[in-house]
Amino acid sequence: MEVHIVFYILSLIIAVFSVMAVTSGRLIRSATYLLFVLLATAGLYLILGYQYLFAVQTAVYAGGIMVLFIFAILLTQRPGGRITPESVKQRVFAIILSVAGAFFSGFIIISNIGRVSHLVDMKEIDSRHIGMTLMGTGKFQYLMPFEVISVLLLACIVGAIMIARKRS
Amino acid sequence: MLLVGIALMAAYAVLAMILIYVERKITAFFQARIGPNRVGKYGLFQTVADVLKILIKEIIHVNNVDRFLFYTAPFFMIIASMLTFGAIPFGKELHVIDFNIGVFYVTAVSSVGIIGVLLAGWSSNNKYSMIGAMRSGAQFVSYELSAGFALMTMVVLSGTMQFSEMIESQRFCWNIFNGHISSLVAFIIYLISGHAETNRGPFDLPEAESELTAGYHTEYSGLQFGFFYLAEYLNMFIIASIAATVFLGGWMPIHIKGLDTFNQIMCYIPSYVWFFSKVAVLIFTSLWIRWSFPRLRIDQLLNLEWKYLLPINLVNILVMVILVLTGLTLTDLF
Repeated sequence: MEVHIVFYILSLIIAVFSVMAVTSGRLIRSATYLLFVLLATAGLYLILGYQYLFAVQTAVYAGGIMVLFIFAILLTQRPGGRITPESVKQRVFAIILSVAGAFFSGFIIISNIGRVSHLVDMKEIDSRHIGMTLMGTGKFQYLMPFEVISVLLLACIVGAIMIARKRS
Repeated sequence: MLLVGIALMAAYAVLAMILIYVERKITAFFQARIGPNRVGKYGLFQTVADVLKILIKEIIHVNNVDRFLFYTAPFFMIIASMLTFGAIPFGKELHVIDFNIGVFYVTAVSSVGIIGVLLAGWSSNNKYSMIGAMRSGAQFVSYELSAGFALMTMVVLSGTMQFSEMIESQRFCWNIFNGHISSLVAFIIYLISGHAETNRGPFDLPEAESELTAGYHTEYSGLQFGFFYLAEYLNMFIIASIAATVFLGGWMPIHIKGLDTFNQIMCYIPSYVWFFSKVAVLIFTSLWIRWSFPRLRIDQLLNLEWKYLLPINLVNILVMVILVLTGLTLTDLF
């Protein structure tokens, strides 16, 4: 019962702040609202008992990406500045796109929810199991995708150095 | 459940008061002064008086600030440090939540606090605050990496991230001895980066009084400033207690294999006494460093992290992995 109440509160936070994040006139406030959404999502993972994903969500999104966002805003915006609103054409286009996106993901959820006949009780997943799954080479173990992602990150680092280096 | 929460919050506040008193006394000791000595015997009630004063102070509303962000920012700080506080094992069975990802949880949750600092600096609409927040952000993001890697080294050694299992594995040999060279390096790096993360000691340039008035919390008053202040003191305690748990065996008494009577006698000292005395030693060291070194410049600070600590750390993890795999840790050898 308590779980349900917490779930509804978190969902309400996610829904309200998602809308506020895109309607706010100030960039830094949008970032803060987005942060609330990300933290509430982390809370949902905690309800599911999936603590590892909770910590990853908090560390990577709230502690990493949001700090970068806020840094970028701090460096490029003037305190108290407002964003100029987009043109009507742009807005209509954005509305169509987001409604289509909502329909698309809604369709996927509804068509798949019938397939799950019963919910399996989640037991605590220990970090050793997660580590083996991420780093193993056997069946249902994902070393290959992990390495591919690290190549992508390496490319990002090289790109950043290329942009930041001093030109002689 | 509710009682545990209330007890935790009360412990948070009381610990902060004790820490402030201890800090002032030790600071006085290092500066050859007496320190607080008027309110109560030895000035024991000085912090109580200070807390009462800060509680009844007016919260001054500043014009031309981003109201919403200005008032939310302190909460980020205090909530982040309180969430971390909940995961600390204070003694045997005296442990609120024992996640199986303990160490990772602590690093993850404590990283939210920096957002409070950045938002406070930005929303104050003041150049001093802004520069302070930028410095603090750069410092925290860099040193968090080092602290995380140092903890990861110890996770490699003990083979678990859960605090209770980690302490149990240190029953006869603390981690700092168990991994000898590698552990010692990790311990020193963790203390340095923990110091830098809490904006203290030689790393307090985000709030360098002589240049920036008070840094990111210049515009705050009353209890809102109190939140920043409280979180800073508690973060010092949290860093010390995690170092004590991960490296020095937490609440585990000193045990020597084979000497059963000695072990028995050591167990008569309550576990929380062990924990708090280890933490006290670390806090004393932290204050010692704080009052012994001059403040670093921002470029020195970032050089120290990115050019020295981080490479050392990466090599250190590798050394630790080799030590564990080849069975050269102390417990394996003896």
